[in-house]
Amino acid sequence: MKRDGDMTLSTPKIKSSGIIVEYDGKRALHGIDLDIYPNEVTALIGPSGCGKSTFLRCINRMNDVIDNCKVSGRLMIDDTDVYDPEIDVVELRARVGMVFQKPNPFPKSIYDNVAYGPRIHGLTENKDDMDRIVKKSLKRAGLWDEVRERLDDKALGLSGGQQQRLCIARAIAVNPEILLMDEPCSALDPIATSIIEELINELRERFTIVIVTHSMQQAARVSQKTGYFHLGNIIEYGETNDIFTRPKNEQTEAYISGRIG
Amino acid sequence: MELIGLMFLALIFLMPLGANIYGRTRIRKLMITSAQTQSEESVKQHSLTAFHGLFMSMCVLLPALVIILCWLAFAPMVISSLLVSEISRLTGETDPRLLSIFVSKLEALYEGVLKAEFVEPEVRQALGYYSALIARANIFLYVVAIFTAIAGFVISARQISPRFAARDKVEVIIKRLMQLASGVAILTTIGIILSLAFEASRFFDVVPISEFLFGTHWSPQIAIREGQAGGSGAFGAIPLFAGTLMITFIAMLLAVPIGLMSAVYLSEYASKRLRNIAKPAIELLAGIPTVVYGFFAALFVAPFLRNNGSVIGLELSSESALAAGLVMGIMIIPFISSLSDDVINSVPQNLRDGASALGATQAETITQVILPAALPGIVSAILLAISRAIGETMIVVMAAGVAANLTANPFESVTTVTVQIVMLLVGDQEFDSAKTLAAFALGLVLFFVTLMLNVLALYIVRKYKEQYD
Repeated sequence: MKRDGDMTLSTPKIKSSGIIVEYDGKRALHGIDLDIYPNEVTALIGPSGCGKSTFLRCINRMNDVIDNCKVSGRLMIDDTDVYDPEIDVVELRARVGMVFQKPNPFPKSIYDNVAYGPRIHGLTENKDDMDRIVKKSLKRAGLWDEVRERLDDKALGLSGGQQQRLCIARAIAVNPEILLMDEPCSALDPIATSIIEELINELRERFTIVIVTHSMQQAARVSQKTGYFHLGNIIEYGETNDIFTRPKNEQTEAYISGRIG
Repeated sequence: MELIGLMFLALIFLMPLGANIYGRTRIRKLMITSAQTQSEESVKQHSLTAFHGLFMSMCVLLPALVIILCWLAFAPMVISSLLVSEISRLTGETDPRLLSIFVSKLEALYEGVLKAEFVEPEVRQALGYYSALIARANIFLYVVAIFTAIAGFVISARQISPRFAARDKVEVIIKRLMQLASGVAILTTIGIILSLAFEASRFFDVVPISEFLFGTHWSPQIAIREGQAGGSGAFGAIPLFAGTLMITFIAMLLAVPIGLMSAVYLSEYASKRLRNIAKPAIELLAGIPTVVYGFFAALFVAPFLRNNGSVIGLELSSESALAAGLVMGIMIIPFISSLSDDVINSVPQNLRDGASALGATQAETITQVILPAALPGIVSAILLAISRAIGETMIVVMAAGVAANLTANPFESVTTVTVQIVMLLVGDQEFDSAKTLAAFALGLVLFFVTLMLNVLALYIVRKYKEQYD
């Protein structure tokens, strides 16, 4: 795995070394080494079943809930070893937010959806604090103007794109450092997709974003770094521009030019 | 005679079989001849050979079956009216009540239930007429049914041709059969409602509806003879409603928390293997006959409660609402746990993922996300369980007693609507006394309440069901 020169300017936010994931003894990831840098969008691309989502779920230990899933190797977020048995998963997930493929707002009001995270982590002292966090998160997710009049309405009444932005607001309400996005636009129409992509671009200033996507155009549009996964290995990783204009690896080139995948 | 009947039955079921074979053979032959004669362009067979056979056997069997069913429904009426006129000719009797007694005696005599010496000579005289009538009626049925079958055969055989749409016809016939089947269930329900309403209205002619619904004294005796002491009954159903309510409430107090918690455990915590064993085991509770629960309540729970109650200074009667309610609660558990478990399982996995990705613990996820999402389904499960509890009888008869007792004390004996219906109808009854008719009024109330609960359950599910697509 080669790295371009200017990437070493800052220290990595997430440092994965030799991450191996096994489901029922079958290997899904064969030792992933990957450095993800702060305040950038890192896109993970690759054909279905290549392990990119599995890797994403390693970062906030969402693989824990899957039976018979075993993760080994070392994954550091700053100075924290994510797979240290002593680590508090609740605290880890407050630092690493996640947005899923299908919008999954809770069957509660819009307000309560955003307030859910701050509430379970005890981030606020009083209602005013909470109001402020909810407002701030909805504004950052670009949803405030659309829902300010109906915060007490059911979240499931929103459109798909609005629901997904609500899920982003819900994730950033706990003020995480990292935001993981697992194909966040695959269930959305092109207009809702472009709104979310713009949003990702803005959020990059505050958060380190890792996004899994099936759309190479999307990866090219939103990300600064791109990693190409294939059959549980990372084949190539570097500046998005370089990956899409002059890939070094033949497989990568085949994939992004549409010949495989 | 019986031999002819059996042969007839065999024939009715063998003829469609023959028709089936005939239909298949005929269409095959027709296809062969058409292939030989139509030289330029061969005719394509519209339906598969099997459909032609099926069409023919349906045309033979179904009309004959309709004839037989109609005969079973209407022949007794015709025969008895013929008997009545014959007996009235022989005896010169015109009172319809006496005539109907004669007819009953005649039928009993024919069946051999009643000995000849207990029967009036005129009735004995009519016996020959009766048996000849029955024999003739049977022969008439056989002939008509077989003629119908043959007619069906001839008409359907004429239709068989390569372009005949046998497949479509069979589809239509099957669709009609399905409609008929669902119609039977609906008509039965309507019939039960109507008979309940009719008999209940007769009851309300005797006892005013306000006294029935709001009276607080239940003592359904009716004088057997004029001027009997204590002969005037009281039909205030409030004690029954109160007893039903209390026992149901106690049952729910036990069943709802236990059922819900076991549902949550099974769907959220238990491993797949444990769940596969535990869920059927819990559902087994629902398969125990209620009478077994009843003697369990009467022989173990009630004495246990009484003995332990006296230890802490409580006066319990040997039959108590508490004992019945507790045992009924145990019976209800699988209804709540099994239905709720299904509902909780159908909450999409991505809601669980969303909550745990925010750092929610499993308990937080369940109480704050899963249960609210599953609530409409859980509420309807509870409502269905309540209607089950209200309708339950055996446990209450055996454990709570039969005395109508208006009390709020769960340690005393009470009675319920269903138990009183049983009490009203056991033993020798005069069918048109207020006492017997009261059972229909109670049944109507019971039906109405459970119907409302079911409607409410459906409404809640439909109204509050979240659309997760």
